[in-house]
Amino acid sequence: MDKRSIPNPAGNPLHAVQESDELPGLYIHIPFCVRKCAYCGFYSVTDRSQIPDYLEALRREMDFYRGWAAFFDTLYIGGGTPSVLPAAELEKLITDTRGTFAILSDAEITVEANPADIDAGLLTALRRTGVNRINIGIQSFDDGILAFLGRRHDREQAVAAVTAARIAGIENIGIDLIYGIPGQGMDAWLATLREAVALNPGHLSCYQLTLEDGTPLAEQFRRGKVVLPDDSLQADFFCNTSEFLEDNAYIHYEVSNFARPGRESRHNRKYWNHAPYLGLGPAAHSFSGRERRWNRRAVNAYIDDLASGRTPVESREILSDKQLRLEALFLGFRTRRGICLETFGIRYGQDLLTEKRDMLKRLSEEGLVEIRDGFLRPTRAGMAVADSLALI
Amino acid sequence: MNHIRNFSIIAHIDHGKSTLADRFIQYAGVVEDRDFQDQILDNMDIERERGITIKSQVVSLPYRAKDGRSYTLNLIDTPGHVDFTYEVSRSLASCEGVLLLIDAAQGVQAQTLANLYLAMEHDLAIIPVINKIDLPSADVERVIEQIDSELGLDSDTHLKCSAKEGIGIEEILEAIVERIPPPKGDPAASLAALIFDAKYDSFRGTVIHCRIFDGAVKAGDIIRFMFNGATYRVEEVGHFLLQRQKRESLSAGDVGYIIAGVKTVSDVRTGDTITLENRPCPKPLPGFKEVKPVVFASIYPIAADDYTDLADSLDKFKLNDASFVYEKDSSTALGQGFRCGFLGLLHLDIVQERLEREYDLSIILSVPSVRYRFTLKDGTVVFVDNPAHYPEPMSIIKSEEPYIRAAMMLPERYLGAVMKLCMEKRGVNSTLNYPSPGRAELIYEMPLAEVIFDFYDRFKSVTQGYGSFDYDLIDYRESSLVLLDILVNGEKVDALSQIVHRERARGRGLQACERLKEEIPRQMFKIAIQGVIGGEIISRTTISPFRKDVIAKCYGGDISRKRKLLEKQKKGKKRMKMIGNVSIPQSAFLAVLKSDTE
Repeated sequence: MDKRSIPNPAGNPLHAVQESDELPGLYIHIPFCVRKCAYCGFYSVTDRSQIPDYLEALRREMDFYRGWAAFFDTLYIGGGTPSVLPAAELEKLITDTRGTFAILSDAEITVEANPADIDAGLLTALRRTGVNRINIGIQSFDDGILAFLGRRHDREQAVAAVTAARIAGIENIGIDLIYGIPGQGMDAWLATLREAVALNPGHLSCYQLTLEDGTPLAEQFRRGKVVLPDDSLQADFFCNTSEFLEDNAYIHYEVSNFARPGRESRHNRKYWNHAPYLGLGPAAHSFSGRERRWNRRAVNAYIDDLASGRTPVESREILSDKQLRLEALFLGFRTRRGICLETFGIRYGQDLLTEKRDMLKRLSEEGLVEIRDGFLRPTRAGMAVADSLALI
Repeated sequence: MNHIRNFSIIAHIDHGKSTLADRFIQYAGVVEDRDFQDQILDNMDIERERGITIKSQVVSLPYRAKDGRSYTLNLIDTPGHVDFTYEVSRSLASCEGVLLLIDAAQGVQAQTLANLYLAMEHDLAIIPVINKIDLPSADVERVIEQIDSELGLDSDTHLKCSAKEGIGIEEILEAIVERIPPPKGDPAASLAALIFDAKYDSFRGTVIHCRIFDGAVKAGDIIRFMFNGATYRVEEVGHFLLQRQKRESLSAGDVGYIIAGVKTVSDVRTGDTITLENRPCPKPLPGFKEVKPVVFASIYPIAADDYTDLADSLDKFKLNDASFVYEKDSSTALGQGFRCGFLGLLHLDIVQERLEREYDLSIILSVPSVRYRFTLKDGTVVFVDNPAHYPEPMSIIKSEEPYIRAAMMLPERYLGAVMKLCMEKRGVNSTLNYPSPGRAELIYEMPLAEVIFDFYDRFKSVTQGYGSFDYDLIDYRESSLVLLDILVNGEKVDALSQIVHRERARGRGLQACERLKEEIPRQMFKIAIQGVIGGEIISRTTISPFRKDVIAKCYGGDISRKRKLLEKQKKGKKRMKMIGNVSIPQSAFLAVLKSDTE
């Protein structure tokens, strides 16, 4: 791969991206939802009257970073729920983004959408702006569970959304699902997986339900109203999911992500490969290869800052070599690709094979890692304990 | 000399010794009320928290008696634990009398007796004082009866007080003047001073606490320690008014301090006699003995980088604790450390706690051991206090372990439980006395190793706190001993190796395995814990691995947060010891050595 170095224009507020094997990705956050789901800890608001001011602020932030990188090869519009924006506004936003940043013509352009929002009008608008990937937050094909989670769509809408996207010509379709939900047995989960596979999406994200502080679900749990699966049952969910989807020709390429060959999320892989990315919008994070910074969370504050010409950056950190190394380890162990031993040695000055010989030998005997073709990669069981693998 | 009284307060633990001392100090007005603090003589935090006195203290109390004359009452506060019996005996040797303090609710206890015997050995005047008479549970009549029947003292001589409420304090001070004889001695004779303690002062070096029996000493004199012949030039002498108070000289009858450029307290032996180089006294004062440690354990830093800090801290610690001994030691599992000798388990506890608290070190302690004696085939006799030096089993023809004589006092109703405990602890040759109706004095000969393990806590618990306990080392006796090793995933954890009685081995092995299982966090792979004697596995437990710990989502906004969590975990892991591939927390080591056989 050719290495491109990106110049740092004077006065640029973010460290210019470091020399990297990969082009940077661009993320835009749409912090609006029709309503909050019981489990979701992401930053979003339900007051949609702020949308016009917000889009204006976004454009100002884009101006801030104009020239940050020469090219981007991914654009990801996530949320919140980007599909709550009026189709025309979403279209305009993407067009403006392409006008501000050099996004390659063959870039992966993803929009996250709620099944309830997906209709021909939206899909046509997305197609027109070059969106070639849609990620649909289906979560479950069980209406009881959808209601428990506080979702505003049902099973039927979910199926219709996938079909509509395909008819509209968006071939790269991703589906988000959640498992380990209170009251959900293994059979119910496998039934949802079977329905998902029957729709034949190119990409599947299967997230274990996680308690996020301050969410209604966390509160219910604290009061003992709901029970979550224990460590061993969670591991069973994880392994069964992996096995089932791999049997159906999906590659388990990251802890929670599965794809048909070639359908891996190019954008999300940047996070796990330590590639640079620019994040716009409240609470969005950016990474230059050395510096990470993040914006303030509150939409109001974000709008106010940009309206008065201030940067909405809340904080930043310059990563030490040691910190980069730890990140490279825990991110690498999340992926099937694993850690390239040679690159790791060059970048972080540590010969893992020599320095961790006994431990790696033990872990491979235990079937948690394997060393093959110059990569140290987790097995399925290893991926389930990736966080601990990073601490060896 | 007629205006000096040297006395000590002796009591069972918690009978109110420090509180009574507080009242004397307030009465004498040597400290402003606003500077006063409870247990003023116990100036280590650990002493206040545990309610025990570890180091002795001296305070000179000015007192104008009813006879109109002024007296100096030198209170020598002594440690109150069986581990420090020798120190107590040297302090008592510096006195002419004692207050024998007895709790009105608890009555006579084992240490009351042990301390009384010590005082009697020194022919001291004894004033029985009944404390805590204000307590609702106080039974003064019973205690008076005990003074007569159990202590064999004239019960008419007793005084009553409540140190807490300040009742009866003046009467006690009067009695000290009237009933404790003034010191004898010849100020014109050659110097004979008894060292009863030494403390380290970072500016002045060692401050020697002593009682002058004959002669006098002043700045500029050349003194000599009779034990080793070392000589020093005296820089300063004085007495104690809570703080040191410089004086021209100390002479016969005085209790005070000498500063003479002595570098460390280890250069000074408690019980040694100081005399003048150019005019020595004919023979040393009686009673000197070298204190020897009885309990041994190794100390390792948790982080190998802390080794130098640990070495420095032990050096500093040793400056002020002559009875603590240590030397370099190393463990295959735990790296560089130190083998240390202690006077007893309390002493060990104190050292450990002070190292952690005052020197901010995280340490691991090996299982404590007594000093065993082995006779080998070639006739040599070896003493082994470190399981790492256990002789080749085939070469041993005789194994012996130290025995103690344990004296216990307890209400009769606990007798059955205590006898059961003593038998379980391999106690033999018991004697039972009833010093008064309903109260039993039980004596057993027991292996010291059984006592240091967890005897004291269990004794306290079966007697619901009403029992008291004291012991003396008696002799070595033949015993069937084996070396028990603990393996974690096949790797020996040498700090957990123990020399144990054959009958104990299986129980100890199982217990160590169980305790480790509770304390070692689950890891990515199965952990096998085994107790092994020779090649034979006698106990085994396993810790099953955890199967999932990874967070589900890790995108742009999650990475820093996750990294910070991992950094924190990594720090936590640094505070654990890696044995083989297993991280073992400090708590696991403590659990094994603190545990209870039940």
